[in-house]
Amino acid sequence: MADLRTNFLGIKSPNPFWLASAPPTDKKYNVERAYRAGWGGVVWKTLGEDPAVVNVNGPRYGAIHAGDRRLSGLNNIELITDRPLELNLREITEVKKAWPDRALVVSLMVPCEEQNWNSIIARVEETGADGIELNFGCPHGMSERGMGSSVGQVPEYIEMVARWCKAATRMPVIVKLTPNITNIRYPARAAKRGGADAVSLINTINSIVAVDLDSFAPVPTIDGKGSHGGYCGPAVKPIALNMVAEIARDPETFGLPISGIGGIETWRDAAEYIALGCGTVQVCTAVMTYGFKIVEEMIDGMKKYMDGHGFSTVDDFRGLAVKNVSDWKYLNLNYIAKAKIDQDLCIKCGRCYIACEDTSHQAITHMVEGIRHFEVKDEECVGCNLCVNVCPVKGCITMEPMAPGSVDPRTGRVVPAAYANWTTHPNNPSAVAAE
Amino acid sequence: MPDISAGRLAAVDYGKNFSDVHPPLSSHEAVVESDRCYFCFDAPCTNACPTSIDIPMFIRKIGTGNVDGAAETIFSSNILGGMCARVCPTETLCEEACVRNEAEEKPVRIGLLQRHATDHYFDRHAAFGVRAPATGRKVAVIGAGPAGLACAHELALKGHDVTIFEARGKAGGLNEFGIASYKATDNFAQREVDFVLGIGGIAIEAGKALGRDFTLGSLKADYDAVFLGLGLQAVNALGVEGEEIAGVVDAVRWIEDLRQSPDKSMIEVGARVVVIGGGMTAVDAAMQAKKLGADEVTIAYRRGPAEMGASRYEQELAQMNGVRILHWVAPKSVVSEGNAVAAVDFERTALDASGRLVGTGRSVRVAADQVMKAIGQTFVADPVEGGETVALEGGRIAVDTEMRTSLAGVWAGGDCVRGGEDLTVQAVDHGKRAALSIHATLSA
Repeated sequence: MADLRTNFLGIKSPNPFWLASAPPTDKKYNVERAYRAGWGGVVWKTLGEDPAVVNVNGPRYGAIHAGDRRLSGLNNIELITDRPLELNLREITEVKKAWPDRALVVSLMVPCEEQNWNSIIARVEETGADGIELNFGCPHGMSERGMGSSVGQVPEYIEMVARWCKAATRMPVIVKLTPNITNIRYPARAAKRGGADAVSLINTINSIVAVDLDSFAPVPTIDGKGSHGGYCGPAVKPIALNMVAEIARDPETFGLPISGIGGIETWRDAAEYIALGCGTVQVCTAVMTYGFKIVEEMIDGMKKYMDGHGFSTVDDFRGLAVKNVSDWKYLNLNYIAKAKIDQDLCIKCGRCYIACEDTSHQAITHMVEGIRHFEVKDEECVGCNLCVNVCPVKGCITMEPMAPGSVDPRTGRVVPAAYANWTTHPNNPSAVAAE
Repeated sequence: MPDISAGRLAAVDYGKNFSDVHPPLSSHEAVVESDRCYFCFDAPCTNACPTSIDIPMFIRKIGTGNVDGAAETIFSSNILGGMCARVCPTETLCEEACVRNEAEEKPVRIGLLQRHATDHYFDRHAAFGVRAPATGRKVAVIGAGPAGLACAHELALKGHDVTIFEARGKAGGLNEFGIASYKATDNFAQREVDFVLGIGGIAIEAGKALGRDFTLGSLKADYDAVFLGLGLQAVNALGVEGEEIAGVVDAVRWIEDLRQSPDKSMIEVGARVVVIGGGMTAVDAAMQAKKLGADEVTIAYRRGPAEMGASRYEQELAQMNGVRILHWVAPKSVVSEGNAVAAVDFERTALDASGRLVGTGRSVRVAADQVMKAIGQTFVADPVEGGETVALEGGRIAVDTEMRTSLAGVWAGGDCVRGGEDLTVQAVDHGKRAALSIHATLSA
């Protein structure tokens, strides 16, 4: 039976599912509800210095929806906690005492001066919290005041603050990274140089989620105006996965513990982050959509998956996908796949056909001998996978690799057994001779 | 004494029983349902629609909040899209073709989405389309049913002036006189007639019948083209003993009286009703007899469920409403008591080895206070015969693919032509196609 217990930087939790620093972790009431529901840990919503920040009193969130109004992306302009520091610290102390088996990490954001960080860290230490997370990520509001992502966008600042914090505390230090940069490796390396014990990512992405076409203002709209906000939810997961993978496979940060964040809704999402090297994952939008109860599905689904694969602990499969994240130039150009449509599963909607016909390689039939029939023409198929992705029936269209030695009807060439990539390809002006 | 009477129900129940059989979708329901459409290529639903409405496109427009645009997509193919949304047997047309049947045996509810869009448009617009500059050409349309109305609208769009001659006192045809009340509530048929006429250029002369008030010859002399949308005028007879007994009625006539009655409680219905036939008219009559308070309603049909003209869905709807369907029985005689109906004697039928329907010699008697005949209608050709005539085929008017009759300058469509399926939506398609052919001829 799979054991989900996790030890991340010495912080123990009954499972790797944590709640990210965000509205769901703003106070004792919510956090205790989350723990009761089964969450393994929380990162308490970011504390700042008194006097507390104030929030807008109009809408803070905007969203995009997929079919059936399934929330796929959420954007917010909420700031860090707007409650007094003292109140938060008292509640953190109470909660940690009452729930010793759960992880409780405290997110922090103060101005970029060493004494500011020293002073708040000293207060947090007294609470008994397990660790701190440095919020260098929020892209809205706080960044206008020289905090949040305006720190996270300057690797030198990340390194500097991380170093101050490490010097100031016994607690593990996690640096939360902003995705609003050009190359995530640089801020991650800076965090490591500064002595951070781990990075967590991604924070939210700078965004305007929608424009109101009657008032001509961004959404959410506050008295006729809108501000860019932080974007999160299922739609950002691919961006986050890539950034996690970049850090996991960068020689300079290889092995640096990562807490994965971004669009995690299910056990499957979480498992993907873990496969890319994350020791824990953090969830926010999904609980803001469905409530805390979803963790039951995550725990059960993850255990079943692990049991099915013979993994007894999360560490057994953590990072297994990292070695398979490759530069494009090393992908095997001799690997040839063709789409195949399972006629028993096909519902004859024709989406594969029109996608291929209008926008790709004209490799799917529409009518065969006067009958509506969708079938891949191997002699035209380049194996692009578009049809697989637009098909409404999962598993109806699959990509079938061609066996070495067979002839690709598109090129008329024999499929080679040997691996060959762009670095040795004759069309590459800087190709090196194959060994 | 047979128990036939009006006013069987409390006043409040009439309103309840004759309200919409399928309530319209709310905006929320419509958006949720629109999300289910896959926007298929060469969509099977569109191909299954006799008027080829671009269904994925109108559903997509509903999904994006462009509901008027959705209705325009519908009306550009089918000006009677509002009625068709109510009366089409979608379960054997667009919805049967929906690929969601393959996927999960639950098609997109196209009919209700179409109703949503067209209702929305009706609430905001008095007409659809903008007329082309006047051509100065005049077309006579005979019959103000679905075929005639669709033909007239298309011709008016193209800039021709149309006069519709209608034998009855008002326009609408079967939509007004023949469809079950609960399918077209709130006087929808007349609202739709007004909507069609709203484009302008269409005059209606009611109470004017071909063969009585004018002839094909006189029309041809006065107009540049003629379209015949005559419908079917006669009801088939059972041809059995006792058919003339009081209490035996034509279902079509009975439904017409019901439709035209401002007060449903004035319509007489038997306590025990036997409806003979298996088509939509049989189901409509049986359902409405039940809704008027009949205790026992039986549809008697000489073959099995699969052969019934009413779709399986309509059959089930009737059964859910308490109508009994008796299959494999052929009427032998109407039994009287005194001067009134007491029962119908049937002979049980079966298929013989060669697949022919035969009597088995076994009989069954069904007690009845009222018998409704619904075994089909026939075309009465008299008005188009004598003088200049159009050729018939199988008892109806012969037409080519452009709906041209054998007589130059005369087109025909709807139930009066050969090969019709007796559907509103098909009549609309005939009318539209005829109009396009007339336009091409007049423009040549």
